[in-house]
Amino acid sequence: MTVPRPAGLILLLFALVASLSIAALLWGEAPIDVFAAFRDWVAGRPTVGAVILGQLRLPRLLLALMVGGTLGLCGAVLQGYLRNPLADPGLLGVSGGAALGAVCVFYTGLFQIAAALLPLGGLLGAAAATTLLVALVGRGGPLVLLLAGAALSSFTAALTALVLNLVPSPYATFEIMRWLMGSLTDRTMTDVMLALPGVVIGCFLMLGTGRALDALTMGEDVAESLGFRLHGLRGVQMRVVAGAALAVGSCVAVSGAIGFVGLVVPHLLRPLTGHRPARLLIPSALGGAALVLASDLAVRMLAGRAELKLGVVTALIGAPVFFHRVILFRKQGAL
Amino acid sequence: MLETRDVTFTTGGATLLHHASAGFESGTVTGLLGPNGAGKSTLLKLLAGLLPPTEGAVFCDGDDLTHLNQSRRARRIAYMPQDIPPFPPMPVREIASLGRLPYAEAPDVALNHPAVSMAMGLVGLDDLATRPASRLSGGERARLMLARALAVEAPVLLADEPVAALDPAHALSVMRVFRALAAEGRCVVLVIHDLMLATRFCDRLVVMKEGAIRYALPAEALSDAMVREVYGVDVRRVEGAVVPWG
Repeated sequence: MTVPRPAGLILLLFALVASLSIAALLWGEAPIDVFAAFRDWVAGRPTVGAVILGQLRLPRLLLALMVGGTLGLCGAVLQGYLRNPLADPGLLGVSGGAALGAVCVFYTGLFQIAAALLPLGGLLGAAAATTLLVALVGRGGPLVLLLAGAALSSFTAALTALVLNLVPSPYATFEIMRWLMGSLTDRTMTDVMLALPGVVIGCFLMLGTGRALDALTMGEDVAESLGFRLHGLRGVQMRVVAGAALAVGSCVAVSGAIGFVGLVVPHLLRPLTGHRPARLLIPSALGGAALVLASDLAVRMLAGRAELKLGVVTALIGAPVFFHRVILFRKQGAL
Repeated sequence: MLETRDVTFTTGGATLLHHASAGFESGTVTGLLGPNGAGKSTLLKLLAGLLPPTEGAVFCDGDDLTHLNQSRRARRIAYMPQDIPPFPPMPVREIASLGRLPYAEAPDVALNHPAVSMAMGLVGLDDLATRPASRLSGGERARLMLARALAVEAPVLLADEPVAALDPAHALSVMRVFRALAAEGRCVVLVIHDLMLATRFCDRLVVMKEGAIRYALPAEALSDAMVREVYGVDVRRVEGAVVPWG
């Protein structure tokens, strides 16, 4: 008997991500010679091409890869850990914390001092929410995690609504609402560098949970009997919670909330990986990166008078896919 | 092989196990008997190292389980729980191969490991090897959980009601598997409600009630009075009753 190998799928998804990345660098409203621009950018020559490539297209591409990869991976890990195909990175409540942090920066007007204060506020909000989540969950199991996430989500949503309520000018409310929709427009290398540590550490923590997620398909007692420590500081749950919270919080801090990626991508890829949680992790990260990259390309191509927001596009793609899965599930009885 | 020394387990203000001391030898099948809520599953989880004793200690080959490295413990003690979760649609044999996780083998090595083939054969799942595990019946799922535990090849096997969901033919066949494992020198401990199977296939019985061990005795020494005391039912030894036998 042979194990379904995800190598072919990984290669295919990698090729898709690579092609979309190249397209994201080559395509733009301003026609530039990308190779010359790249040489100028590396050499530090401030030509128009170098500025467009290094300060606009490259950070946007890197963020799309980071945000998409993180959301896809995080969705796969959470769905595996909670043994619930409806789990989504948003359920941790950390996205809400990041959004609240950023909204507070808007409210206080701090973002007018330096643009980097906006993601920094998001990061602080995400860090506070992560700390609160970890403290709330403690040694509790998946149910406690779900409840703690729901409590945190509601609380941060309530506080965000409060801030919106108190905002003095309708213009600021409009700006906040637009930011909350999620976007990668006009992001810089500073945003990339701010999100990078959390994304790297978070993804590293999550990628190490594959074998434990496999064991958990047979329940917590069996997983523990197979030698996996689930609870406590060095347990699987801590790696999942801290890893997902760090990585997703860092992403939301720079991009705003981008929904449906973490829910839909693992769903679509699961049957292609033989339904084994560990085998889903890398394909899901690549699939998430591909979806966000493609959606962002669509946003850039459709850019007209009113810019379409990335979070809106991913939701518009994700929701119909989910409808399709519901109908399929009703017919076949398998997700 | 396995030993509990004066083990008490308390959770949420309730004491589920009171000062339990018992030994479980290699080469024997021990049945844990007792009414619902007697503490059998709690004792089994303590023996598996899944619950830490509030007082006392559990020893495996002289090592205190609470201090034993997790992966070493996983290779020494295989555990089959009472509750079986809904399986994902992974092939049956691949689920069984998850029993090899404590050995950190590559998935395809684990899948083709002789221990997995042996376990699949012992529980009679060979014909269903490629079927999605989500489409198994209740009894088949219980046998798959047992195959997963057998694939660990641990010297100790703890199984919580392994035959409760099985038809008579499979129940007998699984009990014979336990006897064969004991004949190989392994230590098998089962929670079991079927007194007929328990007295026929177990070497020793540990009889529990209200969180305490009332009797630990050879299987043939179980008396009608003991059953009456523990379960509150009268026993008859009936000739001519329909008993699945072989």
